[in-house]
Amino acid sequence: MTEKTPQDETREKQKREPRDAAYWASYAETLKVAGVAEGATNINVEGRRAVGPLQGFGKLWQKTYRVSLKGAETTPVDVIKTWKENYQEFWPEGNRFYAPLAGITPGEVALISGSLPGGVKLSTGVMVLYADDESFSLMTPEGHPFSGWITFSSFEEEGTTVAQAQVLMRANDPIYEMGLRMGGHKMEDEIWQKTLENLAAHFGVDEPVETNVVCVDPKLQWSQYRNVWHNAGIRSAIYTFTGPLRWRRKGSAR
Amino acid sequence: MPEAQVKMNVREAGEKASIIDVEGDLTAFAEAVLMDAYNQASDGQVRAIILNFEGLEYMNSSGIGLLVTLLIRINREKQRLLTYGLSDHYRSIFQITRLDDAIAIHDSEEEAVRAANSA
Repeated sequence: MTEKTPQDETREKQKREPRDAAYWASYAETLKVAGVAEGATNINVEGRRAVGPLQGFGKLWQKTYRVSLKGAETTPVDVIKTWKENYQEFWPEGNRFYAPLAGITPGEVALISGSLPGGVKLSTGVMVLYADDESFSLMTPEGHPFSGWITFSSFEEEGTTVAQAQVLMRANDPIYEMGLRMGGHKMEDEIWQKTLENLAAHFGVDEPVETNVVCVDPKLQWSQYRNVWHNAGIRSAIYTFTGPLRWRRKGSAR
Repeated sequence: MPEAQVKMNVREAGEKASIIDVEGDLTAFAEAVLMDAYNQASDGQVRAIILNFEGLEYMNSSGIGLLVTLLIRINREKQRLLTYGLSDHYRSIFQITRLDDAIAIHDSEEEAVRAANSA
């Protein structure tokens, strides 16, 4: 019998199923929406590629929002289970998250309806990139206001359970970058602060949400300016304004 | 926060490159260990950092986030980031998260070291 070399051992180790295998989405070239819930619009998600913090246009930001669930008798696993099951309920008013039929599980795609200034509805979505018992991450598609992912997690810190949302993102194109600078960042901060407040309130906690914002890369990625072609805000506006035309066409086709 | 379940060993790989051997779990808790290893690895005239993932046992999305911030830091220093030893599973994760657009993936240490020292 021949002895195993260190290389053999490495190869064997790599072949074994990794502990995180069940938590990651499988690779797919483009996104597929399993079902469109009533009220949702799937005009900016189906067929789009998922994009990470390296593909966007604007400055790269890491924003961390966290709340300490002081006094709540809960565990990180309970917090994440609750968050996954009630994601929409914790979101502030004006935004709608249409959870995938299979729930927040790796590879599933959720549709989102947000509000833009002027009463225009923003139709976009997210893919569940990663989900385990103590965290989950959502990754954005091309055309979304930002390119990157958001990780929701919970952990113990000095005997207290903490809930955290961490965004790693760039504005997807020059228009969104301008929008973020003109109040978009503030709006985004308010969304996640309110979400964490609502989550804490669910556990009977009224603690302040800590916000920590770091500009990881101040450079604009001009090579990505063409991302504007997929801009979901513009496409949603066109879709909204041409609604009567589509309605008339449907009527005359009957 | 829980302690990092990861060890990182830094070695030289020619005049222009350093290798960081990653052993264990790459999660948010590994940030300090990874950044310390990077500081140690980028001493001197190093132009390329090679991450050896043969010993990677677990990675979550926060771990991938750490690699993004490391990459930005490396780019800022006008260095390059290369990897080798990724299993098919972790290669697939690099593909999903599109890290493979920016980080060179090699099959072996020899190949990665050659690429790192060639430019």
